[in-house]
Amino acid sequence: MRYAETGFNLEIDLTRGNIEKVATDPQDTALYLGGLGTNTKLIWDRVAPEVEAFSPDNLLIFGTGLLCGTPATGCNRTIVSTISPQTKLMAFSMMGGFWAPELKYAGYDKVILRGKSPELVYLWIKDDKVEIRDASHLRGKGAVETAELIKAELKEPKAQVAAIGMAGENRVFFASIEQGRSSASRGGIGAVMGDKGVKAIVVRGSKDLNVAEPAKYMELCHEVLAYIKHRESNPIPGVMPILAGLGSPQEMKVHDEKWHTENFMWGNSRERRKDFWNEEIEKEWTETLEKARTRLVSCFNCPMECGATISLPGLPTYMMKCFTKLTYTMGAFSNLDFGLRIAQKATEYGVDGFSTPQVMAFALELLENDILPAADFPDMPDDNEGRFYYLLDKIVRREGIGDILANGTYWAAKQIGNGAEAYAHNNIKKTEQLPLKLSMLNPVYFLMYATGEKMNITQIEGQFPQAPFATKEEREAFVADWIQVPDDRFKQILLDWEFRGENSNPYYPTIDMSCAIVDWQETMHYIDDALGQCAGLSSFPLKPPYHIHNYPQFITAGAGIAMDEEQLKKAAKRYRTLVRAVNISRGMRRKDEKPPANHWKKRFPELEEQLLDAYYQLKGWNNDGIPTRESLHDLGLDYVSDEFLKRGILTVAENPAVANAVEARA
Amino acid sequence: MKNTPKTKTIKTIKIDIDKCNGCRACEVICSSFHATPKYSSNNPARSRIRVTREPIRDVYVPVYAGDYAAAECAGRDKYTIDGKEYDECVFCRAACPSRDEFKEPDSGLPLKCDMCEGEEEPLCVKWCMVDALTYEEREVEIDDEELKPEEIEAGLQSLVNKHGLDKVADMVAQLAKAKR
Repeated sequence: MRYAETGFNLEIDLTRGNIEKVATDPQDTALYLGGLGTNTKLIWDRVAPEVEAFSPDNLLIFGTGLLCGTPATGCNRTIVSTISPQTKLMAFSMMGGFWAPELKYAGYDKVILRGKSPELVYLWIKDDKVEIRDASHLRGKGAVETAELIKAELKEPKAQVAAIGMAGENRVFFASIEQGRSSASRGGIGAVMGDKGVKAIVVRGSKDLNVAEPAKYMELCHEVLAYIKHRESNPIPGVMPILAGLGSPQEMKVHDEKWHTENFMWGNSRERRKDFWNEEIEKEWTETLEKARTRLVSCFNCPMECGATISLPGLPTYMMKCFTKLTYTMGAFSNLDFGLRIAQKATEYGVDGFSTPQVMAFALELLENDILPAADFPDMPDDNEGRFYYLLDKIVRREGIGDILANGTYWAAKQIGNGAEAYAHNNIKKTEQLPLKLSMLNPVYFLMYATGEKMNITQIEGQFPQAPFATKEEREAFVADWIQVPDDRFKQILLDWEFRGENSNPYYPTIDMSCAIVDWQETMHYIDDALGQCAGLSSFPLKPPYHIHNYPQFITAGAGIAMDEEQLKKAAKRYRTLVRAVNISRGMRRKDEKPPANHWKKRFPELEEQLLDAYYQLKGWNNDGIPTRESLHDLGLDYVSDEFLKRGILTVAENPAVANAVEARA
Repeated sequence: MKNTPKTKTIKTIKIDIDKCNGCRACEVICSSFHATPKYSSNNPARSRIRVTREPIRDVYVPVYAGDYAAAECAGRDKYTIDGKEYDECVFCRAACPSRDEFKEPDSGLPLKCDMCEGEEEPLCVKWCMVDALTYEEREVEIDDEELKPEEIEAGLQSLVNKHGLDKVADMVAQLAKAKR
């Protein structure tokens, strides 16, 4: 008997229209857990480095986390993995909502798509019945609209629908997959779904999901619920409101946007507006949000209300989450009403809320600076907001200049030339980042930005405070009940961390400390991504209910896999290294691991190199960021070593780490 | 039966649909609690509380299972509340022939809320951290009337008509066993 997981994947060959239910190997679960871990193993095994995003040989995997669908609060994430058209690396965007638990109840852990359907189709999974159905009548329909139409035509109001909009159909490189109140947005995975000719995957399940040790598992669940209550009634003092509690940043609840609007950049991540926020704006924006917001809503089995239903006069209703609230507003130098209105269209089209506003602002910068001629923007309205609606339409339809912009700022700039590349200034690994430009280099954030392979800082940061506390008393109070730390060393780092002087950025936390903090933060995110746990109750907020000390028990009691802290860290390291191995085999190297040149004003090139050296070493990677044969062997990944040797990525020199370092520097 | 008290304790779950966030934690914990062995599995399709959730229309209605109804209603009314139209069935607690709600997905047998007997409060209430569900006990006066055997017989007969004698006898036997 399998516990927490179902033990079956659905394999769908879209070219041939073939559907198979395939039993999985429990040994893979023990080694790679589930979700991202086992997704990555499939990509490594079956998608060769030569396979491009829009090849029929690319896989698009919808993986549920190992504990999704069990009573563990907040465990509801679908991890979608494929090769990204934007980065040409592995993308593993994720979504909350209701889809993953429903798939488990239908009896499957993953849906694995390969090939390409000749016609636009949708998949209908109802327990043992799985169909590929015609979706030609849904072509061009919005993602939310599609979900409603399908539920009506199947007469299945409780089905869960993951769908793409027009952007995915037209293979926009930053197209999302929308579902429930959530979306998997990064890396252009919606484009891969569109390329495969799949408009939606619809699921309804009515089967049991088992846990291995029922009483123990429920005891753990109750502890988590009690801790959530405790944390909600004891917000952390001395940090900004969105970081005080649990959940993803509570953008739908919070009206005070002074911090975001004055610290994040406007336009194409360009301009900081230090005195933007005032009483008048606060009043206007509060009114806008309160009028538009019908209800605060949650994902499956979670009490946090991180999303909201938004109903604006004259527009269809949609659901909004997190920071998309402000990205369009700030990209266009406009107000919240505009931001919420254009986000409705963007949600239906299915595009990423970080990249899209930046791409549009980038296009207008190119126009203003005569890099793109006005002739490239025929019939564009004169008003600012009108231009953004115009560009959004052009991009998702890939019309005119929109066809180039739909590839994102990195590729568009290359195609446009004429100096455009200087305007694609906010990318890491070809992906638009949060619009932040800061002053002093932060060593911890440097490492996270540089080495992150999820392309989003929010998916690697968390747990450790973003800034020091001002007073000794505050620090002592914070560490007093900091049970989540892997060991007490982290408490001392925080106690000694100051705003100014010797113990401040960029040389404090020291190199070793910074590496340890980043490793802890990243490990927790990777564990979440395999278990299907939302970062909002785990790796993202300060003092979360799930942590390295209770996760092993959840896995043991839930999935019946004996697990302790060391084994769990090793499993996470195993599939984290495998993610890197996939990307290394696709050409990613140290040269790609750098934050935007202008991310911080004060840079320290020597320190940055030392940070990378030390972090690579801690991770078991050589000086070019390639996992070494020793570390691969230690993780049971000799099959990666063999492949690396075959491809000349690693050499058989006695000490490959040294050999490669020499090679890299040459 | 002759000493029937004049009042009895009514256990009830108060439902505030304005507070419901649609997360379905109530369905998860209900089906887990009622699994055999307890908490060994969960499956919202077996839950004795169900959330009708239509986010785009802002419809959120948790309803917990009441009695079995042998026949469906003659008419189905529609209610408009705060500008939103609701089907009458959305509020109905019965397991009835017109729908799949509150029936075991495999056997089709009706499900009924037992207020999580043995727990200090129903677990759906405990797990509803947004307080859409709250537990209340209140005393109500009752008629001092004895149950008439012919009413039981009529009720049983309608069940037999619907499901056949064997199924009903099985169910009665199961219930009797559970009671002991």
